[in-house]
Amino acid sequence: MAKRQKRFEVLDARPVNKDGFVAEWVDVGLIAMGSPNDPKPSVQVQNGKIVEMDGKRREDFDFIDRFIADYAINADRAEEMMRKSSQEIARAIVDINVPRAEVVRIFSGLTPAKIAEVMDYLNVVEMMMGIQKMRARRTPGNQAHVTNLQDNPVLMAADAAEAALYGFNEIETTVAVFNYGPFNALALLVGGQTGRPGILSQDALEESLELELGMKGLTAYAETVSVYGTERVFIDGDDTPWSKTFLSTAYASRGIKMRYTSGTGSEVQMAFAEGKSMLYLEARCVMITKGAGVQGLQNGSISCIGVPGGVPGGIRAVVAENLITTCLDLEVASGNDQTFSHSPFRRTARLMGQFLPGTDFIFSGYSAVPNLDNMFAGSNFDSDDYDDYLALQRDLKVDGGLVPVSEEEVIRVRNKAARALQAVFEELGLPRITDEEVEAATYAHSSEDMPPRDKVQDTKAAQEMRKRDVTGTSVAKALAKRGYRDVAEAVLNIQKQRVSGDYLHTSAILDPDFNVIAAVNDLNDYAGPGTGYRLEGERWAKIADIRHAIRPEDI
Amino acid sequence: MAQINEQIVREVVTEILAQLEREGTATAPATKEIAPPPGNGDYAVTELILREIGPAKQGTAPDEVVIGLAPAFGDKLSKRTITGIPHAAVLRELMAGIEEEGLKARVIRVWHTSDVAFIGKRAAELSGSGISIAIQSRGTTLIHQRDLQPLQNIELFPQAPVIDLETYRNIGRNAARYAKGDSPPPVAQINDQMARPRYQAVAAVYHIRESSFIKREKPIELEVRFQ
Repeated sequence: MAKRQKRFEVLDARPVNKDGFVAEWVDVGLIAMGSPNDPKPSVQVQNGKIVEMDGKRREDFDFIDRFIADYAINADRAEEMMRKSSQEIARAIVDINVPRAEVVRIFSGLTPAKIAEVMDYLNVVEMMMGIQKMRARRTPGNQAHVTNLQDNPVLMAADAAEAALYGFNEIETTVAVFNYGPFNALALLVGGQTGRPGILSQDALEESLELELGMKGLTAYAETVSVYGTERVFIDGDDTPWSKTFLSTAYASRGIKMRYTSGTGSEVQMAFAEGKSMLYLEARCVMITKGAGVQGLQNGSISCIGVPGGVPGGIRAVVAENLITTCLDLEVASGNDQTFSHSPFRRTARLMGQFLPGTDFIFSGYSAVPNLDNMFAGSNFDSDDYDDYLALQRDLKVDGGLVPVSEEEVIRVRNKAARALQAVFEELGLPRITDEEVEAATYAHSSEDMPPRDKVQDTKAAQEMRKRDVTGTSVAKALAKRGYRDVAEAVLNIQKQRVSGDYLHTSAILDPDFNVIAAVNDLNDYAGPGTGYRLEGERWAKIADIRHAIRPEDI
Repeated sequence: MAQINEQIVREVVTEILAQLEREGTATAPATKEIAPPPGNGDYAVTELILREIGPAKQGTAPDEVVIGLAPAFGDKLSKRTITGIPHAAVLRELMAGIEEEGLKARVIRVWHTSDVAFIGKRAAELSGSGISIAIQSRGTTLIHQRDLQPLQNIELFPQAPVIDLETYRNIGRNAARYAKGDSPPPVAQINDQMARPRYQAVAAVYHIRESSFIKREKPIELEVRFQ
């Protein structure tokens, strides 16, 4: 056995070397961008219809090509925009003197292969400049995961309230056990509105159940409505672009906000990438979203981040896919929501592509709970990283969507949320929440600090609740009856959104007074230094005021 | 398992490239043996002999749970899960769990898809009790029921690297309990947030490889023998 050099022994033991790195494998699509197998961009329009796209004649289109050609591209300007060189378009994205609207106009005439080619001209700095200009909403935002290993509803409500206090605009839950779905939605609705009225909550489940909960007003929006970049994989997702559009219209018909989800690497992960690059296939997904008329997209690899994360240039591709989404004038919830590395350096670097320029939702799932409780199998950042994140905001003068909170405030909202849910459970005839559980949830770090609940009883009650007419309004009534008037009003105001419909606009969030802030009334107007969103004034003072900063008065 | 075994990835990569070259002329997929990843412990059974009996019939007896195997499980590729547990040991535990609860285990091969949810749904439709277990070569498993949507499930075990033999046994038991009409507490699961960084790329390769065996054929009933 050869004698080891000690430096290398030390390096081999480092966290980064526990990560999964793979060499590019072009033929199965294990390549981030610029594959030799990617189609050459082209378009031909006849009588207002696209008859040839990216090297394929219409007769040879698969259902994704067909959907994109017919619904996602403005045929009237396609030939004009496709005549521009990809380099020229790339420069227009970065150039502070080319308005956002002009870039959107160009992109409305581009094919997937052309878009992928444009992106390959940009380095990550240029991409971030692009995102800064092209994101739809002027004010950046953030989203959190609120889940736990035991599907414990009391803990979930308390965690939702704390997340709301930190400043998240949206919170997302899912299940460890399928039948807990309705309880988890309930916990986030009550807990979220307790922490900060106006926060939007979702429950990521099988799609028909998720729609049902949305229709009942137990959730405020949906996100995990997935689209894929190849036909085979789309079918394995149990859909076609048309059936997916039908699902999106079901939400629209009820006035419920929603976005799609996609992300580089899914086609490789699901074994049918047709030998194309990850970014090319993702460009197709963004365009499917656009063609469906859906207002926004969660991407940035999402659950498949280990796949681009494993190949060269993968994290660059992940920035690119967020940029593509903004260039197509869609809301973007930009990833950072899944573990992909043991290395704290890689985790932070991955974040910078969205954190520094700002996006509509920098994380599409910051884990507001410790990762052991994260039922999305772990997020890039979790609740133990809060103070690091707040320090990054303060160090770089960047609005990452969060604000410092005090321990007293957190205890107060966690306790109130747990008690509110206890009251709602009692009013709705659901399995009892004890005072012991309320106390435990108030002071808990994780589900390990919670007494166990009877899961069989809970899941039976959750399924029965589905059969009863328990809606968001029932929840508001229960809260009002038990003296939680402010939370009741907030829950009712969430229901009202689906009547006014204003929050269906691109990049819509609600402020604590239930004003809608969206791309319509808060459109990004960035045009270089001194313009666009700037972190300053009261907001900057708040972000800078982290709890461990020594104040001159203290000395 | 601390590190992804690069050697394994290289071997699988080479095999798939060879397979891609054979595509179009091959009538049956190659079943070349690949050196298995390092195992972790001794196993009571390590060999599995699967014999095709005939088309999987519609079950009528309510005292059975159907186990649906993905196209490559048990007799192709490495015959081990992503963490090196022999398929023989895994299947033995699933069946033992079912039998412990007094029910019969019927094993079928699903050919037309490698997706664990669709395998489970098909197997549940064929199952006399309406309950099924589906398992992929890498070890991902779920318990399904015939009246559910394909992408729903009764219980899902999405992190193949953390599933051990005891858990497979409990999955078998729980499936049987559901088949009897009981409502057991869900099987306790580990949540490892570092499973993705470690295993996702390898899981992709595993799945690509398994999917290469897909063919448009109806499910086949299997006779199972262990050694």
